[in-house]
Amino acid sequence: MKRFWKDFAQGDLWVKGSCLVMGLGCLKRGQIVKGLLYFAAEILYFLFFFGFGWKYLSHFHTLGENAQLRVWNEEMQIYQRVPGDNSMLILLFSVLTISVTVLFICLWAMNIITASRLYQLEKENKHIQSLREDGEALLNERFHVTLLAAPMTTLLLFTVLPIIFMILIAFTNFDANHQPPGNLFTWTGMQNVTDIFLGNATKTRTFTGILGWTIVWAVFATFTNYIFGMILAIIINSKLVKAKKMWRTWFMIPIAIPQFVSLLLVSRALEPTGAVNVALMELGWIKTPLPFLTDVTLSRLVVIVVNMWIGIPYTMMTFSGVLMNVPEELYESASIDGAGPVRRFISITLPYMIFVTAPATITTFVGNINNFNVIYLLTAGGPASLDYYQAGKTDLLVTWLYKLTVDQHDYALASTIGIFIFMIVSICSLAVYNRTGAVKKEDMFQ
Amino acid sequence: MKHPVNRRKLRASIGLHTLLTVLSILWMLPVFWLLISSFRKEPGAYTPYLWPKAFTFDNYIRLFTDTRLFNFPRWFMNTLFVAACSCMITTILTLMVAYVYSRLRFKSRRAIMNISLILGMFPGFMSMIAIYHFMKAIGLDQTLLALILVYSGGAALNYYIAKGFFDTIPKSLDEAATLDGASKHTVFWKIILPNSKPIVVNTAINAFIAPWVDFIFVSVIMKDNYKNYTVAKGLYTMVDRANIYQYYTVFCAGSVVVAIPIVLLFIRLQKYYVAGVTGGATKG
Repeated sequence: MKRFWKDFAQGDLWVKGSCLVMGLGCLKRGQIVKGLLYFAAEILYFLFFFGFGWKYLSHFHTLGENAQLRVWNEEMQIYQRVPGDNSMLILLFSVLTISVTVLFICLWAMNIITASRLYQLEKENKHIQSLREDGEALLNERFHVTLLAAPMTTLLLFTVLPIIFMILIAFTNFDANHQPPGNLFTWTGMQNVTDIFLGNATKTRTFTGILGWTIVWAVFATFTNYIFGMILAIIINSKLVKAKKMWRTWFMIPIAIPQFVSLLLVSRALEPTGAVNVALMELGWIKTPLPFLTDVTLSRLVVIVVNMWIGIPYTMMTFSGVLMNVPEELYESASIDGAGPVRRFISITLPYMIFVTAPATITTFVGNINNFNVIYLLTAGGPASLDYYQAGKTDLLVTWLYKLTVDQHDYALASTIGIFIFMIVSICSLAVYNRTGAVKKEDMFQ
Repeated sequence: MKHPVNRRKLRASIGLHTLLTVLSILWMLPVFWLLISSFRKEPGAYTPYLWPKAFTFDNYIRLFTDTRLFNFPRWFMNTLFVAACSCMITTILTLMVAYVYSRLRFKSRRAIMNISLILGMFPGFMSMIAIYHFMKAIGLDQTLLALILVYSGGAALNYYIAKGFFDTIPKSLDEAATLDGASKHTVFWKIILPNSKPIVVNTAINAFIAPWVDFIFVSVIMKDNYKNYTVAKGLYTMVDRANIYQYYTVFCAGSVVVAIPIVLLFIRLQKYYVAGVTGGATKG
């Protein structure tokens, strides 16, 4: 930072001018195209800001003052709607404008840094990169810029902006009674958070109850799949098993079928008049249908077991891929050292598999905390409970969030829960992530 | 000396095969159930018996010809289009990101990786509403293009598996190429990618499947625009309370039709999982 100001202060007129007219420095030192691009970016930004952004940003602190009105039109003898401010759009485009501004400031700083660097180079009579050399650098030492440009843009638009938007929603009263464009919503500070923890007994009970089950579920779902998937992969890849391809295919067919089909089928089959109960009764094992989906304990067991059916083939596939890529050299040296098959497995295959799959396992765990499909399609969160606020006994935080969003339009509360999900997930996984070797000894197997 | 070892191996082998047979029957049971339901003549979701009384091919015929309420052929083409586009975009983006994090070292690398990790921890639904209104603002709501963008938008966050794979490709390969004067760009296309078929396939399959199985984003983006539904959302509508009795067996037929291309794809591409990749690459 200090260096930035020092370079700037020492720069000539062209460097200083760059802070008003971007790209001046580049233009002066012969980087014409780069200079013009900087200048074009500046013009575009100001057009965007004054033509579009400011309209929304100026209402950001209140999220709109004029509600939609119904005005009697004497001529046509009807009520006409006079559109008011749309809180939703104000918030959305304010976030967009602020993000674009941040990016623009970065670009502006880059422009000055470039200008003062070019100035130094010229003063010392050093070579100034031509456009062609800049282009070549983008394919070699600055290749990461080229590769990351597109992914980062999509990330910004489809992940970062929406997340910022939804975080902000958590501090408003955007619920069923405050729906734009008809009504305005506005900032309410920490109201939603205090509701969940102190203000509202039902919401507090629902939150803690669902949180507890979500964690139990995620642990069981992840580790049953991990362990059994690994075992299955090892069995199929063992030298004793013939027709490996066929077995893999066999287990892949069920998961190739979309979950909303297979899980809906299973869910229907588990109902009192469904196939499972019919089969059990025809076999004479039970007299009355088992309440698979309506008994709390049984339904929780059912979702974990059915999740194994869905998940094990996936882990099996991942592990098969990994198993086949264990570097042969590792085995060769182990054989020379006289290690037997069991020893080889414990000291080479197993650590290698855990190393390669560690990040994926964390992702799976997070995925299970947010495992919408299995719960929603199988039990829809049921059995419903009167103790809970709009939720049932197998609901995860994420399915509760979904119900609040889609059925109740209670966006503010849903966003608050979303933030808590995020906090729980990030704390869990950062703790685990920093402990696994995959991060610290990233170069070990390379 | 050798004989008892062989016999023990044989016994173990038979045991493993029996276990696999039992497991695969267990796994295939719902699939089999889906198949026979799709050929069942009697309508309705529940029957008080297991084996259908009569079989018919009508469910499939109805699926493709009866387009008054549900236009399945159109949904199928929609999904195919969306899946193909988003598969291409996602695969390219994911591999690019994974390569950058695995092989290139630059100042902000760790920061970007940590931010990506953190972003991935936000529940996807949280962004749903914002994305819908964003799409609406740029006039893309209820279009297939919006779906493609949504499905490929998160690609930059799903790099872990591909990165883990790239990490296992020996660095000596890159170094050898760099000594021969290859740029990073050349290394990526000529060395890393050809050596990474399994992970390219893995990424592509996952990306291709996403649009076939997602019904949530479609619901949010398409609302009630029936003609732009994908098969998932369409079939899901067939079994809501009003239609389930009439359409349950048709739904099963539709599910079979959807599952077939995906299953075929899995089988066809399976060999890439089998091929050992890095073993021996550095020796030559």
